[in-house]
Amino acid sequence: MSTHREKLRIDDLHAFYGESHILHGIDMHVMQGELVTLLGRNGSGRSTTLRAIMNMVGRRSGSININGTETINMPAHKIAHLGLGYCPEERGIFSSLNVEENLLLPPSVRSDGMSVEELYEMFPNLYERRYSQGTRLSGGEQQMLALARILRSGANILLLDEITEGLAPVIVQKLGEVLVKLKERGLTILLVEQNFRFAGPIADRHYVMEHGHIVEEIHAHELEAKTELLNTYLGV
Amino acid sequence: MVTFLGINLFGLFGQLLVGLINGSFYALLSLGLAIIFGLLKIINFAQGAMYMLGAFAAWLALQYMGINYWAALIIVPLAVGLVGVLMERFLIRPIANEDHLYSLLLTFGFALMLQGIFTHMYGSSGLSYSIPEALRGGTKLPFMYLPDYRAWIICASVVVCGLTWWMIEKTKLGAYLRAGTENPQLMQAFGINVPLIVTLTFGFGVGLAGLAGVMAAPIYSVSPDMGSNLLIVVFAIVVIGGMGSIGGAILTGLGMGVIEGLTKYFYPEASNTVIFLVMVIVLLLKPAGLFGKEA
Repeated sequence: MSTHREKLRIDDLHAFYGESHILHGIDMHVMQGELVTLLGRNGSGRSTTLRAIMNMVGRRSGSININGTETINMPAHKIAHLGLGYCPEERGIFSSLNVEENLLLPPSVRSDGMSVEELYEMFPNLYERRYSQGTRLSGGEQQMLALARILRSGANILLLDEITEGLAPVIVQKLGEVLVKLKERGLTILLVEQNFRFAGPIADRHYVMEHGHIVEEIHAHELEAKTELLNTYLGV
Repeated sequence: MVTFLGINLFGLFGQLLVGLINGSFYALLSLGLAIIFGLLKIINFAQGAMYMLGAFAAWLALQYMGINYWAALIIVPLAVGLVGVLMERFLIRPIANEDHLYSLLLTFGFALMLQGIFTHMYGSSGLSYSIPEALRGGTKLPFMYLPDYRAWIICASVVVCGLTWWMIEKTKLGAYLRAGTENPQLMQAFGINVPLIVTLTFGFGVGLAGLAGVMAAPIYSVSPDMGSNLLIVVFAIVVIGGMGSIGGAILTGLGMGVIEGLTKYFYPEASNTVIFLVMVIVLLLKPAGLFGKEA
């Protein structure tokens, strides 16, 4: 058990792609075992927030503290080793690798990652197709593979970007079950999500983003009271 | 004279052997180029100069330090690989974010510089390096005489190329390389030190050219322009095989050597151009190359 109850703390984070200033002073935190979502319209800076945490943006300033370690000046390849697992929006399955190679690709960042057997049990489709080319899988299977490979690495803080996008309802439901299971195991999850009906019931807290700012923080118990407000922000 | 259907078999097999020898060098050099291009998207014009550097290094090591062929076979590729590592780290990386044309020009300039330095110091006439004692014999086959050293080159080249292919296509390290080629940023996010892999890969690709140089020293004369003469052909081979395709570079290298050898026998006038002819035909019919993935 980690002594840091606070797994992720971000203070005054600014991020830039070339000349464009995308994030304008983000402040947020995620506690151990929490499932927190970033809500907002397209282009509000949610994906950029995840990418900035992984040091995948052009330039960033402010403070990003992971598990008690300041990472704002840390090279990109060292960040994962603090226990982070990142699942990009485009899923990032490698076409030159088969399913099993994709699964085994990310190096272990902590010692207690899930075993390949456990993951195949959780996602039986992946086992059946383990020798197929990674990108030959269906969208849902690719998403499961993208999730499975960071679970194998032992990451205990997951940054997940739009994992339900474009997937069939039955698969979305399966992913929801998986997230609940991971939360029960004590994993910390930061989820960028468009599908509020998916994220609403399973999340502990929500941050709402607009134009690179966090404009609202909503706890699960306030959700009903603030639905109206949320709908204005999300434009639904 | 042994003939079959009017073909002089001694001559034919002789040219086939020469073709296989040339093909062995083509394969080693184009393999190095393909690895570097695949991962870094850099067209390394210095690959020929590195091959020349390997041959000179073997010659110098023997001449001044008494390092024999077998030791040179290990030491020289490492040394040339180190030159590659330094070159990537201090010359290529600073311009890695610029257009690839810059790195192409840089490696081209680097090659000219190396060639100039060696021409200045050792002249352009070429130096000789004797075949190692153990490989001076030969075997008499039904249709030809096979010198041991030539047999050794073909075997060594096939083994080295095969091992490299296996390493890239079948091992975990190779999976890093292939994945790093596709999406380096995501690999970094997984915690893999991609810049380090890039540097080592460049060193490895260049080291292969150094190895080819050592192997070439005893049969071709060691001269400053030996690399530049070969490089254009090797580029054609990489294009025929498919840019960045590892297996394609190896098979095309050997195959083009053989085709060149056969042309030398049947129509010698075309032997210098046949590879380019094949390149034109392949580009017209399959622009991505024989083994390349269609974009």
